[in-house]
Amino acid sequence: MKDRFSQILASILVNAVYAMINYPVVLISTLLAPFSLFIVIVFVSHGQLLSVAVGGALIMTMISSGTSMQQDLSHLKNDFKLQDMVISSPTSARMYLIGMAISEIVYFLPVLLVLLILTALYISTSALGYFEIFAVMTIMFIFSVSLGFILSTFTSDVVQSWAFSGIVSTLLSALPPVYYPISYVPAVFQPVVYLSPATYAAEIVQAIVNPGLVNFSAGTIAIDWIVITAVCIITTFIAIKKSRWREN
Amino acid sequence: MMEMETLECKHITKRYDTGKFALRNVSFAIPAKGIFALIGRNGAGKTTLIRMLATQLMPTSGSATINGIDVVDGAEELRNLIACVPQEARAVGWVTPKQFVTSYLLWRGLGYSEASRKAVAALDRLGLWKVKDVQCQKLSGGMKRKVLVAMIVASGAKIIFLDEPTTGLDPISRNELWNMLRKLKDDHFIFLTTHYLEEAERLADIIGILDDGRLRAIGTIDDLRKKVRYPYSIKILSKVHVEKPRNGMIVKGIDENYQVVTTEKEAHELSKRLISKRVRFAMNPLTLDDIFYYIVKKPIEVESYDEEDEW
Ligand SMILES: Nc1ncnc2c1ncn2[C@@H]1O[C@H](COP(=O)(O)OP(=O)(O)O)[C@@H](O)[C@H]1O
Ligand SMILES: [Mg+2]
Repeated sequence: MKDRFSQILASILVNAVYAMINYPVVLISTLLAPFSLFIVIVFVSHGQLLSVAVGGALIMTMISSGTSMQQDLSHLKNDFKLQDMVISSPTSARMYLIGMAISEIVYFLPVLLVLLILTALYISTSALGYFEIFAVMTIMFIFSVSLGFILSTFTSDVVQSWAFSGIVSTLLSALPPVYYPISYVPAVFQPVVYLSPATYAAEIVQAIVNPGLVNFSAGTIAIDWIVITAVCIITTFIAIKKSRWREN
Repeated sequence: MMEMETLECKHITKRYDTGKFALRNVSFAIPAKGIFALIGRNGAGKTTLIRMLATQLMPTSGSATINGIDVVDGAEELRNLIACVPQEARAVGWVTPKQFVTSYLLWRGLGYSEASRKAVAALDRLGLWKVKDVQCQKLSGGMKRKVLVAMIVASGAKIIFLDEPTTGLDPISRNELWNMLRKLKDDHFIFLTTHYLEEAERLADIIGILDDGRLRAIGTIDDLRKKVRYPYSIKILSKVHVEKPRNGMIVKGIDENYQVVTTEKEAHELSKRLISKRVRFAMNPLTLDDIFYYIVKKPIEVESYDEEDEW
C-alpha cells in the first residue's frame, strides 16, 4: 500500500508539481485553454449562453486533461525513455496510469478553481443537478485520460503523437456542441456530432444548467448516460488490458 | 542458492511486425554476476535482447530466465530486482537530478524521505553534489548520463541493464563511468551493451558477440581468443614482400592493413626478419578488435603480401 502511494506520488511530482514549479508559465496556458471558445460563445450569444458555456467548459477541461495526458506521456516515453525505465521497475502500467491521471488533475487545479467560482455564480440547480454534473465530469475525465494513456503507449515519436492528439481533439473538442446547444447544429450535421462521446455528456449537462433552452426527453438523457458510461468502461478496460506497456 | 545466479536464454527469436528478425535462435547461459558485455554492430540486435530481458519486450519465441525467474511469466517478480537504463534514455529535462532520482526511487516503491536521502547520497557518490539542484536539461551530456547511473546506484537493484551506457561520452567521462561500474560489479550483475570493443575487453568478465541477430561467440576474452587459431598478429606497416607463414595466414584486417596471424614462435621469427629488413610493423597478441572482426566478418585470406619495396 505504501509503495503504491509512492508510485502515484512519483508521477504527480514529475509530471505536475516539478513542471509547475520550474515553468510557472504552463499554469497560464492551461488556465486559458478551456476559455478560448467559452469567450467567443458568451460574446456572440450576448451572454445568453453563459450557463451553457460554463457547463461546456467543465466538460472540456476534463477532455483537455486527457489530451494533455497523451502529450505528456508520449513526450516522457519517447524523448526520455521514461516508460521503459518504469516498466523495468515495480510500478505497473495501472499504477503509472493512475498516478499520471492524478497528475493531470493537479495540473488543472487552477482551472478547476476558476470554473468552480463560475459554476457558483452562473449555474443554479438542485443538489442532484450538481451531483450529476460532477458525475459527468468524472466519467469524461476517466474516459479521456484512459484514451490518452492508450494512445501515448502506441506512439514512437513526437510527430505521431501530434497526429493522434490532432485527431482526438477534433473528435472530442471541435466537433461536439459542448459550449452551445445541439439544436444549433444544422440537421444534416447532427448524425456526425453524435459520433463524439462529448456530445452525449454535453446533452446531460446542458439540460441541467439551462432547462429553459435545452429540452430532452427522459429517454434521451437515459441513453446519454448509458453511452458515456459504456464508452468510459470500454476505454478504461482497453487502457488497462491492451495498452502497449510491454511491447509485443 | 549460488547455482541460481544464472542468466539463461533458450532459443530466443524476435521477429518485429515489419517481418525483420532482430534475434535468431539465441541460446546461452552465463553466471548472473560481474559484468557481461554484449557487443555487436549497429542493428545487431543488442537493444532487442536487452529490452526483452528487462521485461520491456516480448520474445516471439523461446524463453529466458534470470536467477530462475522467467522474464515473461515472472516479470512482476523480476521487476523488483532489476533496473534498466535504456539506450538514449535521459533524465527528464525540467526536473533536477535530486528530484529525478528521488522520483525514480518512489516509482520503485520507497517512501519519500528514504528516497530523497538515498538520492542525495548517490548523487554525492557520483560527484554530482554541486549540480543536484540544477535542471537536468542544463547539464552536460556526461553529467546527464551520470544522473542515470546515480539513479541505478541508488535503486539498490542487483541486476542492472545498461544499453550503450558510454556512447557519446568523452574519454574522461567514459573512464569515470568504467570505474563506477567496476566498483559496482562486486555485488551486482551488470548486463551492458556496447560497440566499443575496448570497453568490453576492459570491463567485462564475459563477452557475447551478436551479429545480425545471431550470437556468434560467447565467453571470457581468453575463450574468444581461442576461437581464432593463431594468437599473434603482425601488422605490416611498410610496403614489403611477406610469404605466408607455415602456421598461420595473411589477411586484410579491419583497418585495411595486411596482417600476418600466426603462432607465437613464428611471430617472433618473422619479427626478427622484419627488423633486419628495417620494415615497420606492429606485433601484438590478437586484440578483441581482431577477434571481433574474425568472428563477424570473415577476413579475406591471401597467399602472400607483395607490395613494391620502397626501401
Ligand atoms: N520496433 C521495431 N520494429 C521493427 N524493426 C525493429 C524495431 N526495433 C529494432 N528493429 C530492427 O531490428 C534490428 C535490431 O535492432 P536493435 O536491437 O536496435 O539493434 P542494436 O541495438 O544492436 O543496434 C535492426 O535491424 C532494427 O532496424
Ligand atoms: Mg541499440
